[in-house]
Amino acid sequence: MAKKITLNMITQRSVEEGVGIVKGKMTPDYFEACSIIEMHDDDVRALGLVPNQLVRVTSECGSVVVKSIRGRQALYPGLAFIPQGVYANQIVPARTQATGEPQYSGFPVTVEPVAPGERRKSTLELVQSAVGMWKGDQ
Amino acid sequence: MAKKIENVGCPFCGVCCDDLVVTVSDDGKKILEVENACIIGSTVFHRAMEDRHALPRLRQPDGTFKEISYDEAIDYTAKVLHNAKKPLIYGFGSTNCEGMAAAAKVAEKAGAVLDNCASICHGSSFLAIFDNGYPSCTLGETKNRADVIVYWGANPSHAHPRHMSRYSIFPRGFFTGKGHKGRKIIVIDPRHTDTAQVADIHLQVQQGHDYDLFDAFRTVLRGHDIPDVVAGVKKEQIVEAVDIMKKARFGTIFYGMGLCHSDGRNHNVDIAISLTRDLNDFTKWTIMAMRGHYNITGPGAVWSWQYGFPYCLDLTKRDIAHMNPGETSSVDLAMRDEVDAFINIGTDAAAHFPIEPVKHLRKHPWIAIDPHPNMATEISDLHIPVGIVGVEVPGIVYRMDNVPIQYRKVIDPPEGVISDEELFERIHLRLCELEAEDAVNVPAKAAPEGVRAGE
Repeated sequence: MAKKITLNMITQRSVEEGVGIVKGKMTPDYFEACSIIEMHDDDVRALGLVPNQLVRVTSECGSVVVKSIRGRQALYPGLAFIPQGVYANQIVPARTQATGEPQYSGFPVTVEPVAPGERRKSTLELVQSAVGMWKGDQ
Repeated sequence: MAKKIENVGCPFCGVCCDDLVVTVSDDGKKILEVENACIIGSTVFHRAMEDRHALPRLRQPDGTFKEISYDEAIDYTAKVLHNAKKPLIYGFGSTNCEGMAAAAKVAEKAGAVLDNCASICHGSSFLAIFDNGYPSCTLGETKNRADVIVYWGANPSHAHPRHMSRYSIFPRGFFTGKGHKGRKIIVIDPRHTDTAQVADIHLQVQQGHDYDLFDAFRTVLRGHDIPDVVAGVKKEQIVEAVDIMKKARFGTIFYGMGLCHSDGRNHNVDIAISLTRDLNDFTKWTIMAMRGHYNITGPGAVWSWQYGFPYCLDLTKRDIAHMNPGETSSVDLAMRDEVDAFINIGTDAAAHFPIEPVKHLRKHPWIAIDPHPNMATEISDLHIPVGIVGVEVPGIVYRMDNVPIQYRKVIDPPEGVISDEELFERIHLRLCELEAEDAVNVPAKAAPEGVRAGE
């Protein structure tokens, strides 16, 4: 039985993500900058993860596979971070507290190691699949 | 002989660095070197020429794109807007004020909802500012006067890489000749961010509890006692920070998405403004929103002047504007399926909205206007390429402190590619023609019944 823990998710900017945006959202730079999750060492240990292991992150409205990395900017236990962008937005709840702004920071997610064979999807696959336009790798 | 162009503005973040030096090739078509920019700004210029389309692309039944002329694209867009009951025109973080004004004309003519990226960014700041005022200043004042800087829920090391070196921590100003040696830096963030690394004090607030901490700051400032720990921060640390803030000669609170994206939204900003007001009983304090894009302050200024509201403008009753975030905001409209056409301009809603509203919006015609392919263009029915503001198109942009700056162009856009402003002016013209055609086809109303006075 794979382990699963619940964390509080925040999605904000990172400079690597900024560079990825201007290089293009379909570039490897953007993919590597955004398809990651940072957690506290205690939580990584609780999940029994090795560095760079893939995890599935699930919120009330969706799920995404990202790579668990050790970030430079430390979090406290229980807090998790995915850079803003395509990957984060697969799980960000659209509820806005009547302000127009979705819940980009501070929503509960579960994190678990991925099942064998699961992979990180490309940005194009994620977004086009969501709207029924994905036709597979060209 | 390559040409050096000085004082070039950077079209990425709200810091709007206008000291870039760009070297372009002899024929003025290639960018060879970019000086003074951060890594993101430099990439903007170097990538400008890559991955561009010279013609609009229309989605075909088999899912592929076919290139069409600008006239055809303008006609398509105008017809989509004309036929829609309630189209949404959203974006504008990355274009100039001229383009925003032209787009507003189109929105009014089409009876559309007009919204900008503030809707998912600093929109709640607007709500708080409406309620509580905005005791702010320009970045020049901060540079020249501030001896205490607070970054609350903001991480400029990543989001605004040159903010600290140009305006807040490091520069030597008129009254701040010692630079960073004469300044105290307080960073409040749930993460030990790279910005926190350069701070004198980092308060690791519990995520989503900024309001509690602001309240504790105000309580201490007014001379009252607080619990031993508030929002994960020890009382002694709060007292120490408040003491530094109270003794400042001039201070600025820069706040970011940590406040606007967390629980509480506008209330977090509201109490930040109240804290600033309280601090002004002792010394001079100011507050400023860390606006994201280089011209996301622009639509707030332009549309407030045109219609009286900065964002979430419902123009379905044409020139009678109405604004009510939660009701007329893009994400809420999308989630309630209230719009039946979507124009994405100068942003990437497909990447930066949560995926749910994207799914809802994609049920209807989706037109993306952007210099480069992005997520919004790749799921669009029509992609219209335009020139890059600040690189290929000049124009006015508003910096995060509401200071307008004239941006310049350094190279020409790909041959035939037009600006956002020209595009929207031509869509407006076509909409006027469509309306006139309708007027010809619909019979004129009969004279009112009854007897005229005097007869």
